[in-house]
Amino acid sequence: MPSYVIEEKCDGCKGGEKTACMYICPNDLMVLNPDAMKAYNQEPDQCWECYNCVKICPQGAIEVRHYADICPMGGYVQPMRSSDSIMWTVKFRNGNIKRFKFPIRTTPEGSIKPYEGRSEPGPIDDGLLFTMAGQTLETP
Amino acid sequence: MALRNKPSWELLAEPDLSKVPVEELEYDALIVGGGMAATGTAYEIGKWMPAGSKVCLIDKAALERSGAVAQGLSAINTYIGENAVADYVRMVRGDLMGVVREDLIYDLGRFVDDSVMHFEEWGLPIWKQKGDEGKSLRDGGKPVRTGKWQIMINGESYKCIVAEAAKNALDEMGYDLHERVFIVKLMLDANKPNTIAGCVGFSARENKVIVYKCKAMMVACGGAVNIFRPRATDEGKGRAWYPIWNAGSTYTMCMQVGAEMTMMENRFTPSRFKDGYGPVGAWFLLFKAGVTNSAGESYAFSDAAKEELAKYAPYGLQPVTPTCLRNHLMLKELKEGRGPIYMDTAAALKKFMDDKKAEGMDDKALKKYWKELESEAWEDFLDMSCGQAGLWASMNIEPEKVGSEIMPTEPYMLGSHSGCCGIWVSGPNEDWVPDDYKWGYNRMTTVNGLFTAGDGVGASGHKFSSGSHAEGRMAAKSMAKYIIDNAGFAPALKESAEDLKAEIYKSVVHYAEHSKMTTDDMINPNYIRPRHMMERLMKYTDEYGGGWSPYYMTNAKLLEIAMHHLDMLREDSDKLACSGLHELIRAWEMTHRIWCVEDHLRHIQFREESRYPGFYYRGDFPEADAKSMEDGGWKCFVNSKYDPETGEWSTFKKTLHQIIPD
Repeated sequence: MPSYVIEEKCDGCKGGEKTACMYICPNDLMVLNPDAMKAYNQEPDQCWECYNCVKICPQGAIEVRHYADICPMGGYVQPMRSSDSIMWTVKFRNGNIKRFKFPIRTTPEGSIKPYEGRSEPGPIDDGLLFTMAGQTLETP
Repeated sequence: MALRNKPSWELLAEPDLSKVPVEELEYDALIVGGGMAATGTAYEIGKWMPAGSKVCLIDKAALERSGAVAQGLSAINTYIGENAVADYVRMVRGDLMGVVREDLIYDLGRFVDDSVMHFEEWGLPIWKQKGDEGKSLRDGGKPVRTGKWQIMINGESYKCIVAEAAKNALDEMGYDLHERVFIVKLMLDANKPNTIAGCVGFSARENKVIVYKCKAMMVACGGAVNIFRPRATDEGKGRAWYPIWNAGSTYTMCMQVGAEMTMMENRFTPSRFKDGYGPVGAWFLLFKAGVTNSAGESYAFSDAAKEELAKYAPYGLQPVTPTCLRNHLMLKELKEGRGPIYMDTAAALKKFMDDKKAEGMDDKALKKYWKELESEAWEDFLDMSCGQAGLWASMNIEPEKVGSEIMPTEPYMLGSHSGCCGIWVSGPNEDWVPDDYKWGYNRMTTVNGLFTAGDGVGASGHKFSSGSHAEGRMAAKSMAKYIIDNAGFAPALKESAEDLKAEIYKSVVHYAEHSKMTTDDMINPNYIRPRHMMERLMKYTDEYGGGWSPYYMTNAKLLEIAMHHLDMLREDSDKLACSGLHELIRAWEMTHRIWCVEDHLRHIQFREESRYPGFYYRGDFPEADAKSMEDGGWKCFVNSKYDPETGEWSTFKKTLHQIIPD
């Protein structure tokens, strides 16, 4: 199953109503079993391997076992995402390991002030976006 | 072993409808969808709506990671920059074989850069040319271009950043955000003809139906995936090229209330790294990799290829070969037994190193340069297609040592990438726009008050992420104007909330009524589960509608059979059965898929030519030459309309206008 949850590491996000993985999965795949307090992927063959559950899990309890129909066993791709960068470990079937680190964001998370410093909108009848007030609209 | 007749989902759906509440809400403007287009609308709309207005964005998933950019992207494919907007129109027109809405494309080209500059200001790292590091696009910083229109980014968090801006904008305006609510049906006004008045959906987290009323609505829920049999089997089916959660909801919901559709025949069949569907753009453009057949020949430059391309003049003779024709050449190799097709990654990377060596770079510097190059190659996958990185790791593929196969995938329906199916919308209300292209409100469909953007807008592809965001913003302004102009409008629904609830939960009730009959709740003669319906749809669209297994070939007779199967599928969708809330999502997604594929095939039936070889072929109209492409009677739009009053479909031609000279 593309994304899987390591039973020992998953704490069900400590009794919250929903887990982080359940909150984020764009395809509604990750769910919490409230009796076991563990999350799981409820429809693995609809998993896009987008890694959003892997990246968000506070316990590092989610990994990906690549698609059974196309991937020989042993490959492993795992991220560690911080607020400004992401570090990837790529382990090959033959044991070779590569590591990559990329920036992801230049501003602090949550800091976006959407309208601060933007112009006030111009007339509603011209075609211009509010941030472009006063400019001349180009025509063919 | 326990009997298998127990519902298996974690969040069970409630079949006793007296225990399912219906919430009724009223807003001025609704934004249905949460991807790039919808977040663009969310950002812009607050600045134009009258004070005190009520607005709500409704997302099937979590805004932070929903839509086509949920995973991230390694490039922004539309940034005009130093180029002329008119040249952008020429590029899109050329790639899409001449039949596009030039007004919409030109209009978008005027605004897209403002959205890209916003992304950078909000925190998206954009690669800059040497000497311009740290200088913003707005201050004239020069981005790293891979092609004329594309720029490179560190885009793992692209959607998180854009979503944060949208969320904070909604918050600042006092607007609402409803996540995990799946809108499945739009409703027309009870009194004013052909006017949108609301929509209905359900919560994916609790048993609850929500009916929304509104004065204007943006519907931007992406394109359609999982409509043709995928090449992958078993659990690999999740690895679709486009996001697997795009279920054609935009097209179907708008079509069902009578919105006129356009170019629904224009599917997109991308050629990507085989099985992993990793992006090829950076390999072609940034690393300049070549593509070869089994004999190691660069087949795309052969005399035979030139001859083939000439049949599709003037489009085949352009300096950049259109996407469909590149596929066409690849398919010719495969069909004539010269596959597999390889992307020669090793030679491409070696050339970069050899060039540096020739420039006199020493060993230490070369090693550092290689590290950067290798990192760029892997980031391209890790930013947007982690599954492809997983495939390479599993297969011990290091791109500097060995090439990788390229293969055309299953077809997709979309309007923002290199395809252009979608909804017929009004262009900007400006003098230069032909009269039959505009009806007052930019990006409004033919239904009053119903707007769309991104994948929803037809006949204007190549917007990609940035263009979809900008288009969502453009539409936001005209939505606000529509609401102000129609201030007296009080939406009223024909349907009662209870009836809507019963319709939404029909498959849940149906399951409860019949599931106890058999010992395995997946197998029951009284119902069909959504996953079985999906398999059936994919099998028939593939075999009769020109999927990958017949090399994208179909004809009038095959389409007739496809339509017959679709008729029965639609009938059977009355007998869908669901036991969980997750499965209820799947059931409605299936309904949406069936409708949009039906329209897709109706359009292919109607257009009696093969304008997009490589995307699909009409076997009964295979011939092409320069004369037929321009004067064969099909250099026009194909539009269609479903009449919600009568249940009749109509498909017809619409005149094409050239606005930008050759």
